[in-house]
Amino acid sequence: MTDSRMLPSYEWLGWDNYFKLFRLRHWKISVNNLFIFGVLYIGFSTLIGLFLAILLDQKIRAEGLIRPIYLYPMALSFIVTGTAWKWFLDPGIGVENIVQLWGWESFQFDWIKDRNKAIYTVVIAAVWQSSGFVMAMFLAGLRGIDGEIMRAAKIDGASGFRIYKRIIIPMLRPAFLSAFVILAHLAIKSYDLVIALTGGGPGRATELPATFMYSYTFTRNQMGIGATSAIIMLIMVFSIVVPYLYSELRSEERK
Amino acid sequence: MKQNSVKKGNDRQSRVSRVLIYLILIIFVVFYFLPLYVMMVNSLKPLEEIRSGGMLNIPLVWTLDPWRSAWASAQIGVDPSGLKPYFINSIIMTVPAVIIATILGSLNGYVLTKWQFKGHGLVFGLLLLSCFIPFQIVLIPMAKLLGIFGMAGTTQGLILVHVVYGIGFSTLFFRNYYAAFPTEIVKAAQIDGAGFFRIFSRVLLPSSGPIIVVTIIWLFTNIWNDFLFGASFADFDSIPMTVALNNLVSSSTGVKEYNVHFAGAILAALPTLIVYIVSGRYFVRGLMAGAVKG
Repeated sequence: MTDSRMLPSYEWLGWDNYFKLFRLRHWKISVNNLFIFGVLYIGFSTLIGLFLAILLDQKIRAEGLIRPIYLYPMALSFIVTGTAWKWFLDPGIGVENIVQLWGWESFQFDWIKDRNKAIYTVVIAAVWQSSGFVMAMFLAGLRGIDGEIMRAAKIDGASGFRIYKRIIIPMLRPAFLSAFVILAHLAIKSYDLVIALTGGGPGRATELPATFMYSYTFTRNQMGIGATSAIIMLIMVFSIVVPYLYSELRSEERK
Repeated sequence: MKQNSVKKGNDRQSRVSRVLIYLILIIFVVFYFLPLYVMMVNSLKPLEEIRSGGMLNIPLVWTLDPWRSAWASAQIGVDPSGLKPYFINSIIMTVPAVIIATILGSLNGYVLTKWQFKGHGLVFGLLLLSCFIPFQIVLIPMAKLLGIFGMAGTTQGLILVHVVYGIGFSTLFFRNYYAAFPTEIVKAAQIDGAGFFRIFSRVLLPSSGPIIVVTIIWLFTNIWNDFLFGASFADFDSIPMTVALNNLVSSSTGVKEYNVHFAGAILAALPTLIVYIVSGRYFVRGLMAGAVKG
């Protein structure tokens, strides 16, 4: 809340920086992007993770082989993921080029260069990295469910799909909650991936609050605005995490 | 995993659905594996071959030059030094940070479970919360603190930052592990006259093997893969691997040497990948402990 630019200054400005921040188009774009990115990233990671966990739970023979492959992206740095996907999505040498060489010459996939679609490429790379992890969480949840329940429902004549929809998935509530909290806080913190994949561009099309904060604080020497945006990010994370941790610790005490 | 529990009564329909399940699983295997495959294959090709397209093809001419270049001679920033010095920087930074954060975390976990004091729940809650704090919020105050300590831009400064961040997680791991450890044994040792550190080193430590492994893997992966702290706090001679890789990939002027970039990316990923392959089971346990507690 001070007018710090290059070096911290301690002149009190009250809420000025907050008003200034919210008037910046740059900030509005990054918040908007975070919303798009967050919803799609959490949504797709959860869906794919749940889907794969259910499939893998069908007594799959090669599970021991398949599971580590789904999960390994989590061991990589976002910078590595970003580097790999950057070239993979590049129209000149990546997917577009391959499909064209296969004979579908009019095929186009240049989202990474498209202002309106570049943010979706960030989603693709991020989902690639974390959906395996979500799968592991759901798989652990599924393994914790008593097999008797499944058998009893089968005897009652329920179909496999109905059993999952009505009985199993509702029982996975805790896994859903943890997955949501982890993914949401990863989404708000996302910085490395954007930097490596698109550098925030084209233009400002893939700026997120995390990249906004960094560029205002260190590149543009507007530390006041940078700090303000960091506080907003902190509030976002805490509003998700604090209730979660509170209820978790509570339930642990009751045990 | 042993038997396919398809009962005799089940007919073709279930066989079809099983084929379908395997098909979908294999499609996803391809989806997850493809980027790594592309990086690997293209890091072994000469540049002209990449430019002529066919990212998925096996190299016509196999070459290790891109790897040599990425390791020892690629232009990074102003220096044609390759990634080697930065790889070493990362090791010098990661190893001590992991060790210190693990030791402190184990002591914290020990105190929080066996030497509970008033407000221990609150302290644990706050440490837990610190795991979730976005890195961005500490950038400015941390830069200031490092300046005051005279550690700005040094490897020691980076180690300090990572230790501070790591303690939250390592405490969480050890606390949950020690919470299940029978307090009676600790009490008995106390009656026998063993002190604080003696109980820790003789009673708790010997049975802490698994959780130590989990903690080390978790911290190592996180610290090695960090980018933001490295980019913000590192000086010229303490830049870690991730930052150097990003410099290599994004700032190369003139010809973009894709094959060198790919080799560099794999080099940066190698240590954590090896850790993951060698100890996958513990890696997953760490992820879980970080997510679903208790």
